Amino acid sequence: MRIPCPYCGERGNEEFTVLGAADPVRPAGDAPLGAWVDYVHQRENAHGPHRELWHHQGGCRTWLVVERDTRTHAVIAVRAARATEGTP
Amino acid sequence: MGHDMHYSVFSLLRNALAGNRLWTPAWRDPQPKPSYDTLVVGGGGHGLATAYYLAKEHGITDVAVLEKGYVGSGNVGRNTTIIRSNYLLPPNTHFYEKSLQLWEGLEQDINYNAMVSQRGVLNLFHSDAQRDAYARRGNAMRLAGVDAELLDAAAVRGMVPEIDMDNARFPVKGGLLQRRGGTVRHDAVAWGYARAADRRGVDILQHTEVTGIRVEAGRVIGVETTRGFIGAKRVGLAAAGNSGRVAAMAGLRLPIESHVLQAFVSEAIKPVIDTVVTFGAGHFYVSQSDKGGLVFGGDIDGYNSYAQRGSLPAMEDVMESAVALFPGFSRLRYLRQWGGVMDMSMDGSPIIDRTPIDGLFLNCGWCYGGFKATPASGWCFAHTIATGAPHPLNAGFRLDRFATGAVIDEKGAGAQANLH
Repeated sequence: MRIPCPYCGERGNEEFTVLGAADPVRPAGDAPLGAWVDYVHQRENAHGPHRELWHHQGGCRTWLVVERDTRTHAVIAVRAARATEGTP
Repeated sequence: MGHDMHYSVFSLLRNALAGNRLWTPAWRDPQPKPSYDTLVVGGGGHGLATAYYLAKEHGITDVAVLEKGYVGSGNVGRNTTIIRSNYLLPPNTHFYEKSLQLWEGLEQDINYNAMVSQRGVLNLFHSDAQRDAYARRGNAMRLAGVDAELLDAAAVRGMVPEIDMDNARFPVKGGLLQRRGGTVRHDAVAWGYARAADRRGVDILQHTEVTGIRVEAGRVIGVETTRGFIGAKRVGLAAAGNSGRVAAMAGLRLPIESHVLQAFVSEAIKPVIDTVVTFGAGHFYVSQSDKGGLVFGGDIDGYNSYAQRGSLPAMEDVMESAVALFPGFSRLRYLRQWGGVMDMSMDGSPIIDRTPIDGLFLNCGWCYGGFKATPASGWCFAHTIATGAPHPLNAGFRLDRFATGAVIDEKGAGAQANLH
Protein backbone atom coordinates (compact mmCIF):
# COMPACT_ATOMS: atom_id res chain seq x y z
CA MET A 1 0.00 0.00 0.00
CA ARG A 2 1.39 3.43 -0.95
CA ILE A 3 0.19 6.78 0.39
CA PRO A 4 0.70 10.02 -1.56
CA CYS A 5 1.93 12.49 1.05
CA PRO A 6 1.09 16.06 -0.03
CA TYR A 7 4.63 17.16 0.97
CA CYS A 8 6.82 14.12 0.16
CA GLY A 9 5.03 12.43 -2.72
CA GLU A 10 3.98 8.78 -2.87
CA ARG A 11 5.61 6.66 -0.13
CA GLY A 12 5.28 3.06 1.10
CA ASN A 13 3.07 2.61 4.16
CA GLU A 14 6.05 1.43 6.24
CA GLU A 15 6.95 5.15 6.61
CA PHE A 16 3.60 5.86 8.29
CA THR A 17 1.78 4.99 11.49
CA VAL A 18 -2.01 4.93 11.61
CA LEU A 19 -4.14 6.22 14.48
CA GLY A 20 -7.60 5.25 13.24
CA ALA A 21 -10.80 7.01 12.23
CA ALA A 22 -10.45 10.75 11.63
CA ASP A 23 -14.07 11.75 12.01
CA PRO A 24 -14.98 11.13 15.68
CA VAL A 25 -14.93 14.41 17.57
CA ARG A 26 -13.61 14.47 21.13
CA PRO A 27 -16.46 15.26 23.57
CA ALA A 28 -16.26 18.15 25.99
CA GLY A 29 -14.57 17.31 29.29
CA ASP A 30 -17.89 17.46 31.16
CA ALA A 31 -19.84 15.50 28.53
CA PRO A 32 -21.92 12.55 29.87
CA LEU A 33 -20.12 9.20 30.26
CA GLY A 34 -22.04 7.73 27.34
CA ALA A 35 -20.53 10.26 24.96
CA TRP A 36 -17.02 9.30 26.09
CA VAL A 37 -17.71 5.55 25.84
CA ASP A 38 -18.99 6.16 22.34
CA TYR A 39 -15.96 8.24 21.38
CA VAL A 40 -13.33 5.89 22.83
CA HIS A 41 -14.78 2.44 22.16
CA GLN A 42 -17.61 2.39 19.60
CA ARG A 43 -16.74 2.22 15.90
CA GLU A 44 -18.41 2.84 12.56
CA ASN A 45 -15.96 0.28 11.13
CA ALA A 46 -16.66 1.45 7.57
CA HIS A 47 -16.88 -1.10 4.76
CA GLY A 48 -15.76 1.16 1.92
CA PRO A 49 -14.39 4.72 2.06
CA HIS A 50 -12.93 5.49 5.49
CA ARG A 51 -11.27 8.73 6.66
CA GLU A 52 -8.25 7.98 8.86
CA LEU A 53 -5.44 9.83 10.61
CA TRP A 54 -1.99 8.74 9.43
CA HIS A 55 1.32 10.16 10.71
CA HIS A 56 4.19 10.41 8.25
CA GLN A 57 6.59 9.44 10.99
CA GLY A 58 9.40 8.30 8.70
CA GLY A 59 9.09 11.38 6.49
CA CYS A 60 7.89 14.94 7.05
CA ARG A 61 6.17 14.01 10.37
CA THR A 62 2.92 15.62 9.28
CA TRP A 63 -0.44 14.29 10.46
CA LEU A 64 -2.56 13.43 7.41
CA VAL A 65 -6.23 12.67 6.83
CA VAL A 66 -6.23 9.76 4.38
CA GLU A 67 -9.50 8.63 2.80
CA ARG A 68 -9.01 4.98 1.92
CA ASP A 69 -11.31 2.18 0.73
CA THR A 70 -11.20 -0.58 3.36
CA ARG A 71 -12.36 -3.14 0.77
CA THR A 72 -9.48 -2.57 -1.65
CA HIS A 73 -6.90 -0.42 0.22
CA ALA A 74 -7.15 2.14 -2.62
CA VAL A 75 -6.30 5.65 -1.41
CA ILE A 76 -9.01 8.11 -2.51
CA ALA A 77 -7.79 11.43 -1.07
CA VAL A 78 -5.06 12.78 1.22
CA ARG A 79 -4.69 16.14 2.92
CA ALA A 80 -2.91 17.59 5.91
CA ALA A 81 -4.89 17.14 9.14
CA ARG A 82 -4.22 20.70 10.25
CA ALA A 83 -6.24 21.91 7.26
CA THR A 84 -9.28 19.93 8.43
CA GLU A 85 -12.01 21.15 10.76
CA GLY A 86 -12.88 19.14 13.84
CA THR A 87 -9.88 16.81 14.09
CA PRO A 88 -8.02 16.42 17.37
CA MET B 1 -25.92 -44.87 1.34
CA GLY B 2 -27.39 -41.75 2.84
CA HIS B 3 -25.82 -38.72 4.46
CA ASP B 4 -25.63 -40.42 7.82
CA MET B 5 -22.57 -42.52 6.94
CA HIS B 6 -20.52 -43.11 10.09
CA TYR B 7 -16.79 -42.75 9.50
CA SER B 8 -14.67 -45.60 10.86
CA VAL B 9 -11.96 -48.00 9.79
CA PHE B 10 -14.76 -50.22 8.45
CA SER B 11 -16.30 -47.49 6.28
CA LEU B 12 -12.78 -46.74 5.04
CA LEU B 13 -12.17 -50.39 4.13
CA ARG B 14 -15.59 -50.82 2.56
CA ASN B 15 -15.12 -47.76 0.39
CA ALA B 16 -11.55 -48.68 -0.50
CA LEU B 17 -12.72 -52.11 -1.70
CA ALA B 18 -15.54 -50.45 -3.67
CA GLY B 19 -13.12 -48.17 -5.46
CA ASN B 20 -14.19 -45.13 -3.42
CA ARG B 21 -17.38 -44.80 -5.47
CA LEU B 22 -19.74 -45.03 -2.48
CA TRP B 23 -18.67 -41.89 -0.61
CA THR B 24 -21.49 -39.40 -0.25
CA PRO B 25 -21.30 -35.65 0.39
CA ALA B 26 -20.48 -34.89 4.02
CA TRP B 27 -23.56 -32.67 4.40
CA ARG B 28 -26.77 -31.91 2.50
CA ASP B 29 -27.37 -28.88 0.29
CA PRO B 30 -30.97 -28.11 1.27
CA GLN B 31 -33.34 -25.42 0.05
CA PRO B 32 -34.08 -22.82 2.73
CA LYS B 33 -37.33 -23.35 4.63
CA PRO B 34 -39.61 -20.29 5.06
CA SER B 35 -38.70 -20.13 8.74
CA TYR B 36 -36.64 -21.79 11.45
CA ASP B 37 -36.59 -21.75 15.22
CA THR B 38 -33.04 -20.40 15.22
CA LEU B 39 -30.76 -18.92 12.56
CA VAL B 40 -26.99 -18.66 12.90
CA VAL B 41 -25.46 -15.98 10.67
CA GLY B 42 -21.98 -17.05 9.62
CA GLY B 43 -20.93 -20.55 8.57
CA GLY B 44 -17.42 -20.38 9.96
CA GLY B 45 -16.08 -22.50 12.78
CA HIS B 46 -17.95 -20.60 15.49
CA GLY B 47 -21.29 -20.54 13.64
CA LEU B 48 -21.14 -24.23 12.76
CA ALA B 49 -20.08 -25.17 16.29
CA THR B 50 -22.96 -23.08 17.65
CA ALA B 51 -25.45 -24.94 15.44
CA TYR B 52 -23.96 -28.28 16.45
CA TYR B 53 -24.17 -27.57 20.19
CA LEU B 54 -27.68 -26.09 19.84
CA ALA B 55 -28.73 -29.48 18.48
CA LYS B 56 -26.60 -31.67 20.71
CA GLU B 57 -26.77 -29.89 24.07
CA HIS B 58 -30.17 -28.19 23.85
CA GLY B 59 -32.19 -30.37 21.46
CA ILE B 60 -32.82 -27.41 19.13
CA THR B 61 -32.56 -28.92 15.65
CA ASP B 62 -34.79 -26.54 13.68
CA VAL B 63 -31.71 -24.49 12.88
CA ALA B 64 -30.12 -23.07 9.74
CA VAL B 65 -26.60 -21.73 9.32
CA LEU B 66 -26.38 -18.91 6.76
CA GLU B 67 -23.02 -18.59 5.00
CA LYS B 68 -22.35 -15.93 2.34
CA GLY B 69 -19.52 -17.94 0.76
CA TYR B 70 -18.74 -21.61 1.25
CA VAL B 71 -17.89 -23.48 4.44
CA GLY B 72 -14.21 -22.89 5.24
CA SER B 73 -13.80 -19.74 3.11
CA GLY B 74 -13.36 -17.38 6.05
CA ASN B 75 -11.10 -17.22 9.06
CA VAL B 76 -11.57 -20.88 10.01
CA GLY B 77 -9.45 -21.66 6.95
CA ARG B 78 -7.15 -18.64 7.40
CA ASN B 79 -5.44 -19.11 10.75
CA THR B 80 -2.32 -20.74 12.17
CA THR B 81 -4.24 -23.69 13.72
CA ILE B 82 -3.00 -23.23 17.30
CA ILE B 83 -4.97 -24.35 20.37
CA ARG B 84 -4.08 -23.45 23.98
CA SER B 85 -5.57 -22.21 27.26
CA ASN B 86 -2.60 -20.34 28.76
CA TYR B 87 -4.44 -17.21 29.93
CA LEU B 88 -4.02 -15.13 33.08
CA LEU B 89 -7.41 -13.52 33.72
CA PRO B 90 -10.20 -15.69 35.16
CA PRO B 91 -12.86 -15.09 32.45
CA ASN B 92 -10.34 -16.16 29.80
CA THR B 93 -8.66 -18.99 31.75
CA HIS B 94 -11.90 -20.88 32.39
CA PHE B 95 -13.40 -20.24 28.96
CA TYR B 96 -10.31 -21.33 27.00
CA GLU B 97 -9.79 -24.34 29.27
CA LYS B 98 -13.35 -25.43 28.43
CA SER B 99 -12.38 -25.03 24.79
CA LEU B 100 -9.24 -27.14 25.20
CA GLN B 101 -11.23 -29.86 26.95
CA LEU B 102 -13.73 -29.87 24.08
CA TRP B 103 -10.83 -30.09 21.58
CA GLU B 104 -9.52 -33.13 23.48
CA GLY B 105 -12.77 -35.03 22.90
CA LEU B 106 -13.79 -33.42 19.63
CA GLU B 107 -12.90 -36.11 17.10
CA GLN B 108 -14.86 -38.83 18.91
CA ASP B 109 -17.72 -36.41 19.55
CA ILE B 110 -18.19 -35.34 15.93
CA ASN B 111 -16.86 -38.54 14.32
CA TYR B 112 -14.33 -36.64 12.24
CA ASN B 113 -10.54 -36.68 12.09
CA ALA B 114 -9.51 -33.11 12.92
CA MET B 115 -5.85 -34.10 13.51
CA VAL B 116 -5.86 -32.71 17.07
CA SER B 117 -2.17 -32.73 18.02
CA GLN B 118 -1.25 -31.83 21.61
CA ARG B 119 2.36 -31.03 20.81
CA GLY B 120 2.63 -28.24 23.39
CA VAL B 121 2.78 -24.46 23.22
CA LEU B 122 6.02 -22.85 24.44
CA ASN B 123 6.05 -19.10 25.24
CA LEU B 124 9.65 -17.88 25.42
CA PHE B 125 10.79 -15.21 27.87
CA HIS B 126 13.86 -13.04 27.48
CA SER B 127 14.36 -11.15 30.77
CA ASP B 128 13.96 -11.55 34.50
CA ALA B 129 10.87 -9.33 34.51
CA GLN B 130 9.28 -11.36 31.76
CA ARG B 131 10.08 -14.58 33.64
CA ASP B 132 8.21 -13.18 36.65
CA ALA B 133 5.21 -12.26 34.49
CA TYR B 134 5.14 -15.70 32.85
CA ALA B 135 5.55 -17.45 36.21
CA ARG B 136 2.58 -15.48 37.50
CA ARG B 137 0.51 -16.49 34.49
CA GLY B 138 1.58 -20.13 34.90
CA ASN B 139 0.62 -20.04 38.58
CA ALA B 140 -2.76 -18.52 37.74
CA MET B 141 -3.32 -21.31 35.22
CA ARG B 142 -2.41 -24.03 37.73
CA LEU B 143 -4.71 -22.49 40.35
CA ALA B 144 -7.49 -22.81 37.76
CA GLY B 145 -6.62 -26.45 37.12
CA VAL B 146 -4.81 -25.82 33.83
CA ASP B 147 -1.41 -27.41 33.11
CA ALA B 148 1.64 -25.13 32.98
CA GLU B 149 5.37 -25.66 33.39
CA LEU B 150 8.10 -23.05 33.71
CA LEU B 151 11.19 -24.20 31.78
CA ASP B 152 14.71 -22.89 32.26
CA ALA B 153 17.00 -22.11 29.34
CA ALA B 154 18.58 -25.56 29.31
CA ALA B 155 15.19 -27.23 29.03
CA VAL B 156 14.18 -24.90 26.17
CA ARG B 157 17.44 -25.66 24.38
CA GLY B 158 16.76 -29.36 24.73
CA MET B 159 13.25 -29.04 23.32
CA VAL B 160 13.98 -26.72 20.40
CA PRO B 161 17.71 -26.77 19.60
CA GLU B 162 17.36 -24.45 16.60
CA ILE B 163 16.56 -21.39 18.75
CA ASP B 164 19.31 -18.73 18.98
CA MET B 165 19.43 -18.94 22.78
CA ASP B 166 22.31 -16.49 23.24
CA ASN B 167 21.03 -13.73 20.98
CA ALA B 168 22.82 -10.53 22.04
CA ARG B 169 19.66 -8.41 22.13
CA PHE B 170 16.99 -10.91 23.25
CA PRO B 171 18.68 -13.91 24.94
CA VAL B 172 16.23 -16.73 25.72
CA LYS B 173 16.02 -17.21 29.48
CA GLY B 174 13.37 -19.94 29.46
CA GLY B 175 9.75 -20.53 28.59
CA LEU B 176 6.24 -21.20 29.87
CA LEU B 177 5.09 -24.51 28.43
CA GLN B 178 1.53 -25.79 28.17
CA ARG B 179 1.92 -29.40 27.05
CA ARG B 180 -1.80 -29.84 26.36
CA GLY B 181 -1.74 -27.03 23.80
CA GLY B 182 -0.95 -27.76 20.18
CA THR B 183 -2.45 -27.61 16.72
CA VAL B 184 -5.57 -28.82 14.93
CA ARG B 185 -6.24 -29.20 11.21
CA HIS B 186 -8.34 -26.07 10.71
CA ASP B 187 -10.34 -26.99 7.58
CA ALA B 188 -11.29 -30.31 9.16
CA VAL B 189 -12.82 -28.41 12.08
CA ALA B 190 -15.16 -26.56 9.71
CA TRP B 191 -16.00 -29.67 7.73
CA GLY B 192 -16.37 -31.83 10.83
CA TYR B 193 -18.71 -29.44 12.62
CA ALA B 194 -20.70 -28.88 9.41
CA ARG B 195 -21.17 -32.61 8.93
CA ALA B 196 -21.97 -33.24 12.60
CA ALA B 197 -24.53 -30.41 12.70
CA ASP B 198 -26.10 -31.61 9.44
CA ARG B 199 -26.42 -35.15 10.83
CA ARG B 200 -28.46 -33.71 13.70
CA GLY B 201 -30.84 -31.96 11.30
CA VAL B 202 -29.28 -28.51 10.93
CA ASP B 203 -29.61 -26.94 7.45
CA ILE B 204 -26.33 -25.50 6.20
CA LEU B 205 -27.16 -22.87 3.57
CA GLN B 206 -24.03 -21.89 1.66
CA HIS B 207 -23.93 -18.95 -0.75
CA THR B 208 -26.75 -17.37 1.26
CA GLU B 209 -25.76 -13.86 2.27
CA VAL B 210 -27.71 -11.96 4.91
CA THR B 211 -28.68 -8.53 3.55
CA GLY B 212 -30.99 -7.33 6.32
CA ILE B 213 -32.30 -8.14 9.79
CA ARG B 214 -36.02 -7.67 10.31
CA VAL B 215 -37.03 -6.36 13.74
CA GLU B 216 -40.62 -5.70 14.87
CA ALA B 217 -41.50 -4.09 18.20
CA GLY B 218 -38.00 -4.60 19.52
CA ARG B 219 -37.92 -8.29 18.63
CA VAL B 220 -36.12 -10.03 15.76
CA ILE B 221 -38.46 -11.92 13.39
CA GLY B 222 -36.05 -13.06 10.70
CA VAL B 223 -33.46 -12.04 8.14
CA GLU B 224 -33.43 -10.92 4.52
CA THR B 225 -31.04 -12.98 2.40
CA THR B 226 -29.94 -13.26 -1.20
CA ARG B 227 -32.33 -16.26 -1.34
CA GLY B 228 -35.29 -14.38 0.15
CA PHE B 229 -36.70 -13.72 3.62
CA ILE B 230 -36.19 -16.42 6.26
CA GLY B 231 -38.18 -16.12 9.47
CA ALA B 232 -36.82 -17.05 12.90
CA LYS B 233 -37.61 -16.73 16.59
CA ARG B 234 -33.92 -16.31 17.43
CA VAL B 235 -30.92 -15.14 15.44
CA GLY B 236 -27.28 -15.54 16.48
CA LEU B 237 -24.64 -13.44 14.74
CA ALA B 238 -21.21 -15.08 14.34
CA ALA B 239 -19.84 -13.13 11.39
CA ALA B 240 -16.23 -12.55 12.58
CA GLY B 241 -14.65 -9.74 10.54
CA ASN B 242 -18.02 -8.76 9.11
CA SER B 243 -19.72 -8.52 12.53
CA GLY B 244 -19.94 -4.73 12.35
CA ARG B 245 -21.68 -4.84 8.97
CA VAL B 246 -24.19 -7.48 10.08
CA ALA B 247 -24.89 -5.80 13.43
CA ALA B 248 -25.45 -2.48 11.63
CA MET B 249 -28.38 -4.16 9.83
CA ALA B 250 -30.06 -4.26 13.24
CA GLY B 251 -29.00 -0.71 14.06
CA LEU B 252 -26.20 -1.72 16.44
CA ARG B 253 -22.75 -0.13 16.65
CA LEU B 254 -20.03 -2.38 18.05
CA PRO B 255 -16.74 -1.82 19.88
CA ILE B 256 -15.09 -3.59 16.93
CA GLU B 257 -12.70 -2.66 14.14
CA SER B 258 -12.00 -5.03 11.25
CA HIS B 259 -8.29 -5.50 10.55
CA VAL B 260 -6.25 -7.77 8.32
CA LEU B 261 -4.01 -10.39 9.96
CA GLN B 262 -1.55 -12.25 7.75
CA ALA B 263 -0.12 -15.74 8.13
CA PHE B 264 2.58 -17.57 6.21
CA VAL B 265 3.80 -21.02 5.21
CA SER B 266 7.36 -21.83 4.19
CA GLU B 267 8.51 -24.49 1.77
CA ALA B 268 8.37 -27.99 3.27
CA ILE B 269 11.45 -29.12 5.18
CA LYS B 270 12.34 -32.09 7.35
CA PRO B 271 11.02 -32.06 10.95
CA VAL B 272 12.60 -29.17 12.83
CA ILE B 273 10.02 -28.00 15.43
CA ASP B 274 7.74 -30.53 17.16
CA THR B 275 5.90 -27.95 19.27
CA VAL B 276 4.51 -24.42 18.93
CA VAL B 277 7.02 -21.66 19.79
CA THR B 278 6.16 -18.03 20.49
CA PHE B 279 8.75 -15.23 20.59
CA GLY B 280 8.55 -13.10 23.73
CA ALA B 281 10.31 -10.02 22.38
CA GLY B 282 8.11 -9.44 19.35
CA HIS B 283 4.92 -10.86 17.92
CA PHE B 284 5.88 -14.10 16.19
CA TYR B 285 4.77 -17.71 16.57
CA VAL B 286 5.64 -20.83 14.59
CA SER B 287 4.78 -24.49 14.28
CA GLN B 288 5.46 -27.10 11.62
CA SER B 289 2.67 -28.74 9.66
CA ASP B 290 2.55 -32.46 8.94
CA LYS B 291 3.51 -31.63 5.34
CA GLY B 292 6.72 -30.03 6.64
CA GLY B 293 5.93 -26.37 6.02
CA LEU B 294 6.58 -23.91 8.81
CA VAL B 295 3.34 -22.11 9.69
CA PHE B 296 3.90 -18.71 11.25
CA GLY B 297 2.32 -15.35 11.91
CA GLY B 298 2.62 -12.08 13.82
CA ASP B 299 0.86 -8.76 14.22
CA ILE B 300 -2.11 -7.29 12.40
CA ASP B 301 -1.16 -4.80 9.68
CA GLY B 302 -2.69 -2.04 11.82
CA TYR B 303 -5.17 -0.34 9.52
CA ASN B 304 -8.87 -1.10 8.98
CA SER B 305 -9.39 -3.64 6.20
CA TYR B 306 -11.93 -6.04 4.74
CA ALA B 307 -9.61 -7.04 1.88
CA GLN B 308 -8.36 -10.47 3.13
CA ARG B 309 -4.83 -9.45 2.10
CA GLY B 310 -2.12 -7.42 3.76
CA SER B 311 0.91 -5.42 2.77
CA LEU B 312 4.66 -5.96 2.76
CA PRO B 313 5.81 -4.04 5.90
CA ALA B 314 3.87 -6.40 8.19
CA MET B 315 5.41 -9.37 6.36
CA GLU B 316 8.90 -7.97 6.80
CA ASP B 317 8.26 -7.44 10.50
CA VAL B 318 7.23 -11.10 10.92
CA MET B 319 10.24 -12.34 8.94
CA GLU B 320 12.62 -10.22 11.05
CA SER B 321 11.24 -11.77 14.23
CA ALA B 322 11.50 -15.25 12.69
CA VAL B 323 15.15 -14.80 11.78
CA ALA B 324 16.00 -13.17 15.11
CA LEU B 325 14.76 -16.28 16.90
CA PHE B 326 15.73 -18.92 14.33
CA PRO B 327 18.69 -17.64 12.28
CA GLY B 328 18.60 -20.83 10.20
CA PHE B 329 15.21 -19.85 8.80
CA SER B 330 16.89 -17.10 6.75
CA ARG B 331 17.69 -19.76 4.15
CA LEU B 332 14.05 -20.81 3.72
CA ARG B 333 11.76 -19.54 1.02
CA TYR B 334 8.23 -18.83 1.99
CA LEU B 335 5.63 -20.62 -0.04
CA ARG B 336 2.41 -18.72 0.43
CA GLN B 337 0.75 -16.07 2.51
CA TRP B 338 -2.83 -15.13 3.24
CA GLY B 339 -4.85 -12.58 5.18
CA GLY B 340 -7.98 -12.91 7.28
CA VAL B 341 -10.31 -10.15 8.43
CA MET B 342 -10.20 -10.02 12.24
CA ASP B 343 -12.94 -8.59 14.44
CA MET B 344 -10.66 -6.63 16.78
CA SER B 345 -12.41 -5.66 20.02
CA MET B 346 -11.16 -2.70 22.01
CA ASP B 347 -9.73 -4.75 24.92
CA GLY B 348 -8.59 -7.76 22.90
CA SER B 349 -11.23 -10.08 24.40
CA PRO B 350 -14.38 -11.50 22.79
CA ILE B 351 -18.10 -10.77 23.12
CA ILE B 352 -20.70 -13.55 23.53
CA ASP B 353 -23.88 -11.91 24.72
CA ARG B 354 -27.48 -10.86 24.20
CA THR B 355 -28.17 -7.59 22.39
CA PRO B 356 -30.69 -4.84 23.17
CA ILE B 357 -32.97 -6.51 20.57
CA ASP B 358 -35.00 -9.47 21.86
CA GLY B 359 -34.03 -12.74 20.21
CA LEU B 360 -30.85 -11.31 18.67
CA PHE B 361 -27.53 -12.61 20.02
CA LEU B 362 -23.97 -11.59 19.28
CA ASN B 363 -20.68 -13.52 19.04
CA CYS B 364 -17.66 -11.45 17.92
CA GLY B 365 -14.45 -9.71 18.96
CA TRP B 366 -12.11 -12.68 18.54
CA CYS B 367 -9.05 -10.62 17.61
CA TYR B 368 -5.99 -12.87 17.15
CA GLY B 369 -7.48 -15.87 18.89
CA GLY B 370 -10.71 -17.10 17.33
CA PHE B 371 -9.59 -20.51 16.15
CA LYS B 372 -8.63 -22.02 19.52
CA ALA B 373 -11.93 -20.74 20.93
CA THR B 374 -14.10 -22.47 18.31
CA PRO B 375 -15.58 -25.30 20.44
CA ALA B 376 -16.19 -23.25 23.59
CA SER B 377 -17.45 -20.30 21.60
CA GLY B 378 -20.04 -22.50 19.92
CA TRP B 379 -20.85 -24.24 23.20
CA CYS B 380 -21.34 -20.99 25.14
CA PHE B 381 -23.13 -19.20 22.32
CA ALA B 382 -25.54 -22.14 21.95
CA HIS B 383 -26.23 -21.94 25.70
CA THR B 384 -26.78 -18.17 25.51
CA ILE B 385 -29.18 -18.51 22.56
CA ALA B 386 -31.06 -21.52 23.95
CA THR B 387 -31.56 -20.18 27.47
CA GLY B 388 -31.58 -16.46 26.72
CA ALA B 389 -28.79 -15.80 29.21
CA PRO B 390 -25.00 -16.20 29.22
CA HIS B 391 -23.38 -19.30 30.72
CA PRO B 392 -21.01 -18.56 33.66
CA LEU B 393 -18.14 -19.37 31.26
CA ASN B 394 -19.02 -16.44 28.99
CA ALA B 395 -20.59 -14.17 31.60
CA GLY B 396 -17.56 -11.87 31.43
CA PHE B 397 -17.73 -11.46 27.66
CA ARG B 398 -20.40 -8.76 27.81
CA LEU B 399 -21.21 -6.27 25.08
CA ASP B 400 -21.61 -3.43 27.59
CA ARG B 401 -18.32 -3.95 29.45
CA PHE B 402 -16.73 -0.89 27.85
CA ALA B 403 -19.45 1.26 29.40
CA THR B 404 -19.37 -0.49 32.80
CA GLY B 405 -15.57 -0.58 32.95
CA ALA B 406 -15.41 -4.38 33.35
CA VAL B 407 -13.00 -4.81 30.45
CA ILE B 408 -10.90 -7.98 30.13
CA ASP B 409 -7.47 -6.56 29.49
CA GLU B 410 -5.47 -9.78 29.07
CA LYS B 411 -2.62 -8.46 26.93
CA GLY B 412 -3.69 -5.05 25.68
CA ALA B 413 -3.91 -6.61 22.22
CA GLY B 414 -7.02 -5.07 20.74
CA ALA B 415 -7.23 -2.95 17.63
CA GLN B 416 -4.84 -0.48 19.28
CA ALA B 417 -2.98 -1.00 22.51
CA ASN B 418 -3.72 2.46 23.95
CA LEU B 419 -7.48 2.22 24.45
CA HIS B 420 -7.81 0.43 27.76
